[in-house]
Amino acid sequence: MKRSLLLLLLCVAWLAGPPASHAQSPDALKALGDLAVDDADRREAAVGVLGATRDPKWLEFLTALRDGNVYARGKGKALEVVVGGAKSTKGDQDVIDIATAYDRKPLGTVPVSSLTEIAADRRLRIAIKPFLDADETRVQLASPDAEARRGAAVKLGHQADAGAAAVVEAAIAKETVPNVRHALEEALALIRLAHGDAAVRVLAAQSLGGLHSSDAVPSLQRLAADTNASRAERDAATHAIRQIERWSLLVRAIETAFQGASLASILLLMALGLAIVFGLMGVINMAHGELMALGAYSTFVVQNVFRARWPAWFDAYFVVALPVSFIVAALVGVVLERGVIRRLYGRPLETLLLTWGASLIIQQGLRLWFGAANVDVSSPRWLSGGFALMTGLTLPFNRIFIIALAAVSVAAMYWLLFGTGAGLRIRAVTQNRGMSSCLGVRAGWVDATTFALGAGLAGLAGAALTQIGNVGPSLGQNYIVDSFMVVVTGGVGKLAGTILAAAGIGGLNKGIEPALGAVFAKVAILLMVILFLQRRPAGLFATRGRSAEA
Amino acid sequence: MPRREVIAVGAAALVLVVVLPLCNALPPTSALHLSDFRLNLFGKFLAYAILALGLDLLWGYAGVLSLGHGVFFGLGAYAMGMHLMLEIGAKSVYQSALPDFMVWNQVKELPLFWRPFYSDVFTLVAIVVVPGLFALAFGFLAFRSRIRGVYFSIITQALALSAWLVFNRNEMRLGGTNGLADFKTIFGFPLNQPATQRGLYTVTALVLVIAYLACRWITRSRAGKVLVAIRDSETRVLFSGYSPASYKLFVFVVSAVLAGVAGALYAPQVGIITPAKIGVLPSIEMVVWVAAGGRGTLVGAVAGAFGVNWMQSWLTTSYPDVWLLFLGGLFMGVVLFFPDGVVGALARLGAIIRRVPAKAALGRERAQPAPVSNRP
Repeated sequence: MKRSLLLLLLCVAWLAGPPASHAQSPDALKALGDLAVDDADRREAAVGVLGATRDPKWLEFLTALRDGNVYARGKGKALEVVVGGAKSTKGDQDVIDIATAYDRKPLGTVPVSSLTEIAADRRLRIAIKPFLDADETRVQLASPDAEARRGAAVKLGHQADAGAAAVVEAAIAKETVPNVRHALEEALALIRLAHGDAAVRVLAAQSLGGLHSSDAVPSLQRLAADTNASRAERDAATHAIRQIERWSLLVRAIETAFQGASLASILLLMALGLAIVFGLMGVINMAHGELMALGAYSTFVVQNVFRARWPAWFDAYFVVALPVSFIVAALVGVVLERGVIRRLYGRPLETLLLTWGASLIIQQGLRLWFGAANVDVSSPRWLSGGFALMTGLTLPFNRIFIIALAAVSVAAMYWLLFGTGAGLRIRAVTQNRGMSSCLGVRAGWVDATTFALGAGLAGLAGAALTQIGNVGPSLGQNYIVDSFMVVVTGGVGKLAGTILAAAGIGGLNKGIEPALGAVFAKVAILLMVILFLQRRPAGLFATRGRSAEA
Repeated sequence: MPRREVIAVGAAALVLVVVLPLCNALPPTSALHLSDFRLNLFGKFLAYAILALGLDLLWGYAGVLSLGHGVFFGLGAYAMGMHLMLEIGAKSVYQSALPDFMVWNQVKELPLFWRPFYSDVFTLVAIVVVPGLFALAFGFLAFRSRIRGVYFSIITQALALSAWLVFNRNEMRLGGTNGLADFKTIFGFPLNQPATQRGLYTVTALVLVIAYLACRWITRSRAGKVLVAIRDSETRVLFSGYSPASYKLFVFVVSAVLAGVAGALYAPQVGIITPAKIGVLPSIEMVVWVAAGGRGTLVGAVAGAFGVNWMQSWLTTSYPDVWLLFLGGLFMGVVLFFPDGVVGALARLGAIIRRVPAKAALGRERAQPAPVSNRP
């Protein structure tokens, strides 16, 4: 009783103050006073009143309340709720700038001890949050960043708050970016589906179907199953669901094809280097995976140098990293070839073990030098994000880049092997080492350059892999067995075989992965490769003739 | 076998099978006492040596390099492990008749393929038959289509990778990544008793001696000669009217069975079997045992398995960072400088010292670099 009397007095006191602006309605002012009261229910109700005004200034006040910057001063009739500002020390006293709650008119600097903080406990903060969020979403709708606008639109669609319809409509009228516009239209239709009358809902359902909105499926399903809804509404909902499902089937098919192409190009990038070395020297280079890891770590180092020296040019680092990783891996490859592998020609199994030993050493060396944990390689800005091909399908730039890189590498290899003198010599040694040597081809030199080329391609693949996966000492191990399979399936000495095998294995893998899961898809691929080798034991394009059988 | 070899093998067998367990049974105060830990370690090495014998038969004699023997080892070890898991019965942590990991994974009923492993006899048969049949099926497909050389190695490596992936899956009901562990008894004998471990060691040593004699018998038989001929020129063997595929299949199955038996002896002695023993790296490590010891000699395989693993258990405890560097260096060093391994190097050394041509038993079978080449 005493408290309500006090409140009444307070209200009178406030009303008797300077003439209230339009927004400072009596309700709001009364609520403001309630905040200082020691009654959780009334404080919560007061937040509700203030939030419901949707007045930016009151929302700002609620933010201050949430952050614990709101104080009460005076007692009884003179009680005043103020917003605190900067704190400082004057003599031995802590002082604080204060301002009025609504207009933020400065009220001078007072000692902190003369104020009582209005603490925003958890319950109060929970009461405040929806108002601030709703406001934030609306503010984001006007953001200059298209992605933020789109996010806000999606959020509004999820909230499906009837009050937001007008705001969204206004935003649609102004929006120029297609995918944001799409999201806004989707949000509007979702709001209308939730709140409109029967005719509006039919239209909303049709529009959602036309927009291929997968977010709308649950609400549409509810409408389709709703016995209170009219027949037209239910039909529209069912039709829309069918439309959306058909669309998502198409999207998934294209996505799978794209992922297959992406995996195939990764495999191709790795297998390309392996295949030319295998073709030339009959050597499967088990250290190929580690040469890839070397390429990836070179990219990491180049990135760090750019970050430290030329931060402004950071986005260009990857352009530099590609040739650097090629060269680093190629150099290591040459050292490996000239140093040890050269001694073992004609003994492929020994070479296999030798390169495996080298791979262990490189791997452990990387682990000791860079640490066992994965290192962080960030994508340049022009490789992050994606190309929005259609509703519900964004093709990431980094994957597109890898597909392009694989295509360019293959083209370059073809040109190198079939368009240059060096390529001619490589092919000659591949076909008949002894005869080539007799005719004056320096087989040792050809071996070294070919190995360098193969190793460099591995480095390039490693650099590309930094954009889509983790970079760690065991980077090479994850894909290497798959790329061996590609080489074995493709056969020796023909690039076309490698390309076909990479496409086949990559595509099949992604094709059966949804049905079997990643692990059993791999096992199935192995089985298929073994069965395939039943028909063609030396791969797709086997070398024929007398020299084929040793 | 030549007389000298009979004596040498007999002496080695005596030391391994009789003397070492006896040293272990001596009181700890005795100077000749061998600790339980050491004996257990040796037991593990001897199990590896059984596998290495099979691998040597396959690679050293027939020239077929398998990079997937961890799979057969794992099959044998898991067969034994499944039986040991069932032997635990309700004495497990969760007091359930089901193995603990099944309780975690909310498996209500013992999967059908686990049930036969209650039987001791079935388990012992499965240890031999499961890896054998698997090798038969895989080898039949591989050798029939004349997948060989590097191709065969790569395919077996992919097999190891696939098996590792599959055994890691919980839905295989084989314990997933954690594998099978926490065994209590073997055929009723408590595994935590030194006497049981000594018995296991003795059995392992005995099996190794038998396996050695069996392998020796194979290599000295006509079939052994054909195997070496296949290694040196498969095409000529084919044109001489033999069927290299059958011989290779036979030796592949034998080596898979030896690997399975090795796994079954390994599991109770080490007390755990996980997919980590199946993967690509352990499989290729097995090859380096044979390479380091000296392939195509059988004795070298045993020595290599023993030596490399001893080195590993020392290095991984004292200098864990160095182990992989060492292993890599060992691969490269052996291949480059000791293509016939320690045993071959010793034989050459002996020949130099005695200044007589190395025509002794070891010399005759010394590994010749297989002139198998895939390049035209």
